[in-house]
Amino acid sequence: MAGSGEGKAAFGVRTAEMFTAAGFFAIGAIVIFDSLRLGIGWQEDGPKAGYFPFYIGVIICFSSLVNLVAALAAARKKNPAFVEVGQLRLVLSVLVPTAVYVGLIGWTGIYVASALFVALFMRWLGKYVWWKVAAVSIGNSVVFFVIFEVWFKIPLPKGPLEALLRLN
Amino acid sequence: MEEIQSLMQGFGVALTLKNVALMFTGIILGVIIGVLPGLGGANGVAILLPLTFSMSQVPGGTTSAIILLSCIYWGALFGGAITSILFNIPGEPWSVATTFDGYPMAQQGRAGEALTAAFTSSFVGALVAVIVITFLSPLVASFALEFGPPEFFSVYLLTFCAFVGMSKEPPFKTLAMMMLGFALAAVGTDPVTGTLRLTFGSTHLLTGFDFLIAVIGLFGIGEILLTLEEGLAFKGASAKLNVKVVLETWKELPKYWLTSIRSSVVGCFMGIVPGGATPASFMSYGVARRFSKDGDKFGTGKVEGVVAPETAAHAAGTAALLPMLTLGVPGSPTAAVLLGGLLIWGLQPGPLLFVEQKDFVWGLIASMYLGNIVGLIVVLTCVPLFAAILRVPFSVIAPIIMVICAIGAYTVHNSMFDVWMMLVFGVLGYVFKKLQYPLAPLVLAIVLGDRAESSFRQSMLVSQGDMTVFFSNALVGSLTGLALFLLAWPLISLAIARLRQS
Repeated sequence: MAGSGEGKAAFGVRTAEMFTAAGFFAIGAIVIFDSLRLGIGWQEDGPKAGYFPFYIGVIICFSSLVNLVAALAAARKKNPAFVEVGQLRLVLSVLVPTAVYVGLIGWTGIYVASALFVALFMRWLGKYVWWKVAAVSIGNSVVFFVIFEVWFKIPLPKGPLEALLRLN
Repeated sequence: MEEIQSLMQGFGVALTLKNVALMFTGIILGVIIGVLPGLGGANGVAILLPLTFSMSQVPGGTTSAIILLSCIYWGALFGGAITSILFNIPGEPWSVATTFDGYPMAQQGRAGEALTAAFTSSFVGALVAVIVITFLSPLVASFALEFGPPEFFSVYLLTFCAFVGMSKEPPFKTLAMMMLGFALAAVGTDPVTGTLRLTFGSTHLLTGFDFLIAVIGLFGIGEILLTLEEGLAFKGASAKLNVKVVLETWKELPKYWLTSIRSSVVGCFMGIVPGGATPASFMSYGVARRFSKDGDKFGTGKVEGVVAPETAAHAAGTAALLPMLTLGVPGSPTAAVLLGGLLIWGLQPGPLLFVEQKDFVWGLIASMYLGNIVGLIVVLTCVPLFAAILRVPFSVIAPIIMVICAIGAYTVHNSMFDVWMMLVFGVLGYVFKKLQYPLAPLVLAIVLGDRAESSFRQSMLVSQGDMTVFFSNALVGSLTGLALFLLAWPLISLAIARLRQS
């Protein structure tokens, strides 16, 4: 994965700080909004449902503003990298397949998806020979099958392959 | 000496063949979890928690289940030291301070000495904390039996304010994370009135966010993503431990008795007040460096620099169970997961536990003594084996850990939605860690959110909305006062620093 600009910042800490603070503020605003809908005052049998969360929302908004100001104040000094381009590529090269894997579980069941996922990693990032890839990825799923379905009797999502093998 | 009698009864419960076997299983699993990147005490226990559902159904099964899970916790505490010393990678946040002197020792070929010192002082720290638990927890529990809603709320308040005051992260980031936790806990059905809150019509959100999912995502997936940045290869010193090295180190260790005592005290205190094992280990390392005769040589491979953080981390990790058992307020994320386990098995943590579930409580306390002895034996004999796990290439171990996390998240409620949420929490965990947003207060707030809110609203009901109920008697007043003092501590220390400068 060599290439130019690996050590360059994908984006800076300040940007990340600002986005995170803004995210917190948005969550706080949502909480306040829903609490106002539920009512933040009293009814005859005590405080209404929005009474407690309302203040939570207010504190979230307030502290996110403080964090935002702190991030902006740090701007004049240097702005180190939050994540470098090379690092981000590595992280995404794991995160994206993982998201695909989670999506795949619904289609093929967890055992087939896991075998494919482990195989992809070993072949793509580890550059292993095929027989090692097959042995580890299939072996891993078999071990989990034995532990969960046979030993602890906890059913995990299964798909067409298990149906074919009558393992359901 | 009623405690001794209860403890002996506890040993009777814990010392069955099945429970001792579970201790060994738990410790070995725990060390493996502690050694692997991305798996740690908190999410390791969270992932294995669903496996105990069926275990807890039989009579006495809850005791076996808690023994298994708590031993995983002890194992993870031991395991963190192995990676710190041999690979300079802290397997757990609380073993960061162990790398300062442990890794230089390993580089000088004194890995065996460092490992023995680390394991032995871990054991000492844990032992001191268990003794504290044995004698202090019945007292705290009987005291807490008199607590009403205002007292409980002030204890929760103290817990959360301690986080703001004691953590080394920026106070407003701690506050934001904590409140995010409360907001997530509020999602779903309101525990008092039954109204739906913050669900916005989504059926997935009806039951709210489960903190186990958050723990698996934040600590598991987030940690893997962070580890990835460092590259894919681990390079480490080789691990050899023979009887001679162990005995020689043991001969040397009594020299550091004062450091051990100081570190145990720091650890127990930080564990009970929910500072947690990580700040305890740093604090204890700093204290040891200041008081040691050759403090300026710290960082070059001093045994004392391994003894101090390890003793404190283990003492804090163990002592964190004291408030969890007696008050229902966990002192660390892992203790929070164990508390979640208790709730799932149908036990109500808190002072009543000591009255209604004597066998469970004392069985657990007895198992802490035994589990740490088992732990010391296992780690001293099996170090090369555990170090070998770290030599398994990352491209094999990382996807397997991801699969384990996914299975763990799924089994909590048998829901695919949870697996997606785990992924979201994973990305959040990665961002939060890089920006110094602390994760522990978030997890604790998700766990305690509902109960903190209930106790607050009940207090408000009693007093008809009058806030002075939190100062209505000496006990609740001093708890609230201490909480507010801790909350203001960052400001106070800032003011002191300013005054000193001028």
